[in-house]
Amino acid sequence: MTADAGPNLPPLSLHVPEPKFRPGDTVDFAAVDVPPAGMQPRPDTAADPRDFHDLAYTLVRVLDGAGQAVGPWNPRLSPDTLRRMLRDMALVRAFDERMFRAQRQGKTSFYMKCTGEEAVAIAAAHALSRDDMCFPSYRQQGLLIARGYALERMMNQIYSNSADELHGKQLPIMYSSKDDGFFSISGNLATQYPQAVGWAMASAAKGDTRIAATWCGEGSTAEGDFHSALTFATVYKAPVIFNVVNNQWAISSFSGFAGAEATTFAARALGYGIAGLRVDGNDALAVYAATQWAAERARTNQGPTLIEHFTYRAEGHSTSDDPTQYRSAGEPTAWPLGDPIARLKDYLVAIGEWDEDRHAAQDRELAEQVKAAQKNAEKNGILGHGLHQPLDTLFDGVFEDMPWHLKEQRQMMLDEEAASGRPWARK
Amino acid sequence: MNMIQAINSALDVMMDRDPDVLVMGEDVGYFGGVFRATAGLQAKYGKTRVFDTPITEIGIIGVAIGMGAYGMRPVPEIQFADYIYPALDQLVSEAARLRYRSAGQFTAPLTVRSPFGGGIFGGQTHSQSPEGIFTHVSGIKTVIPSTPHDAKGLLIASIEDNDPVIFFEPKRIYNGPFDGHWDRPSKNWSAHPGGEVPDGYYRIELGKAAIVRPGEAVTILAYGTMVHVVLATVDEMGVDAEIIDLRTLVPLDIDTIEQSVRKTGRCMVVHEATRTSGFGAELVSLVQERCFYALEAPIERVTGFDTPYPHSLEWAYFPGPVRIGQALKKILKD
Repeated sequence: MTADAGPNLPPLSLHVPEPKFRPGDTVDFAAVDVPPAGMQPRPDTAADPRDFHDLAYTLVRVLDGAGQAVGPWNPRLSPDTLRRMLRDMALVRAFDERMFRAQRQGKTSFYMKCTGEEAVAIAAAHALSRDDMCFPSYRQQGLLIARGYALERMMNQIYSNSADELHGKQLPIMYSSKDDGFFSISGNLATQYPQAVGWAMASAAKGDTRIAATWCGEGSTAEGDFHSALTFATVYKAPVIFNVVNNQWAISSFSGFAGAEATTFAARALGYGIAGLRVDGNDALAVYAATQWAAERARTNQGPTLIEHFTYRAEGHSTSDDPTQYRSAGEPTAWPLGDPIARLKDYLVAIGEWDEDRHAAQDRELAEQVKAAQKNAEKNGILGHGLHQPLDTLFDGVFEDMPWHLKEQRQMMLDEEAASGRPWARK
Repeated sequence: MNMIQAINSALDVMMDRDPDVLVMGEDVGYFGGVFRATAGLQAKYGKTRVFDTPITEIGIIGVAIGMGAYGMRPVPEIQFADYIYPALDQLVSEAARLRYRSAGQFTAPLTVRSPFGGGIFGGQTHSQSPEGIFTHVSGIKTVIPSTPHDAKGLLIASIEDNDPVIFFEPKRIYNGPFDGHWDRPSKNWSAHPGGEVPDGYYRIELGKAAIVRPGEAVTILAYGTMVHVVLATVDEMGVDAEIIDLRTLVPLDIDTIEQSVRKTGRCMVVHEATRTSGFGAELVSLVQERCFYALEAPIERVTGFDTPYPHSLEWAYFPGPVRIGQALKKILKD
């Protein structure tokens, strides 16, 4: 069939989204709608999901430009809590810097930073109970840090060294800590979404009081798992918090390829009958307040909440990515919602609970803390220095008990090592 | 009992014994399942332990994995094995690898029940045998019963197993054994010893095959419906074949297979699934590797054809007595 065989209508055209700025372009984010802080209503946690239209299309914001916390979403946290959150966020950034450099130095194969998104994980972790179960994606390292997981243990995993609790089986940063309510990270996007719903349903079925929270990027909302998870959650009123970290970029593709030109990600919740909140993801107080609100809603059997965290991925997707190849280098600094650490710091300074000198001193202290942890972790080995696990552990944990075919293959591998004339692993 | 009743009984026994066992899937709750395998369970154990789900296989398996991580022992149902594909990512990337990737911190102790196989005019999407897809995945066990007695014992063992198990139920033999003679009246389980099923708890260990007919002339490896088709064909032809019902494909009972082929010197593999890269290819390789000097003839493979499962041409597709008989004559010729 050719075009002229059709009826006498104008030809259709296919819309392929295109980001506003490409490499070399001058960035102007004036079109990003940033409503003033404090103007967004805070509904009762038992409110009907049908009443969330406005909150799904605005931004819940607490920190205004003048260093004040304003409006009904202000969680009114104590200065001590605020300082702990600030410290945790700064620690995540210091950790990211150091590990990124470690990858560049060849000490490990891979790393992913969360620069600019520190508030999303840290503030949420502070608002959740310590025994609530988190189903993170790969960019919520802040959850572990906020829960006091030792930096050295994270580094051991990144280095796949002899102290790596995952025995060198996982790609760096795919942490797992059951004791800290941090579910094993998978490389497959969005799979943790229905899993979090299942965990939450089990908690509800058992009459437990714990809830689940899960995270994915805006790009991953396009996966079928996202739809399945939201459907299950609404059907069973599962006590779960869905976090969508909208950092504008999924590797090289901008949020338009996940549907952002037509709607918000918070608005996706509404069609499922789920409460949807859209928050300023660089405002730690807004993230805290929204998480606290959603947690209370879940704990009182009012069902799930979806929170879109509107933020910006300030750096490359990973150590394997060069963002200057697909977006303007001016974007991170032009981002209208600023930097989450600077904003929380400015607030604490403005209320007289912090000052620049203390902040600079803390940064130095955190850098030393990370450095010391790195030194200790490197005593257990780095990836660049070869394997640190006994070779035969390769076959452990495929099944609870090792079947005959794996035992045979294990022996083949050991014979192969012997035949190679050089030991492949320290035993 | 027929196989449906045996499966229902296994679920009943396990739900009674272990408060963490729960049943979920499309239509499994109030209605009791499209094949009646979960009938009565919701009334007995309540809606929070036996419940209907939305129609999303990703969700069913993903949610079951999360429940397993919490500490439950879920038994999700996929209504037809032909519809398990949307859940493949959750099964292959998540359930199968969870123990390995978390160094044992988290496990996926789920048993995925799913009716499978053809012979019922199910056409393309109610007849498939996708076991080869799962036997290829490290970290998943694959179990296929051929009698009500085995179905109950194997299902109980699968639910108790701490690894993810794919439990395929040959729906052609839910109500009675099928000998491949589609033009004769169907039988039911009451006249078959495999239909004798104890009411209480018992288990059949995974990884153990059953020699359903001892013999000297040839070893035939089969599972599910094909066990019965092979049995009938062998009897009709008067061949002294040793028929092994594998029951568990992974982990496989290699010792029983090796012992038998060393004795008979001949081996034939029979399955309904399509031929290329089917589980039969793995069986042929294993026998060739381990029994090469005992073999007196090339190993034969009798399978479905490499086509989608047809509707009106079902009996031309199905590996029935004629196809099996021809292969038997060929392998016994020398």
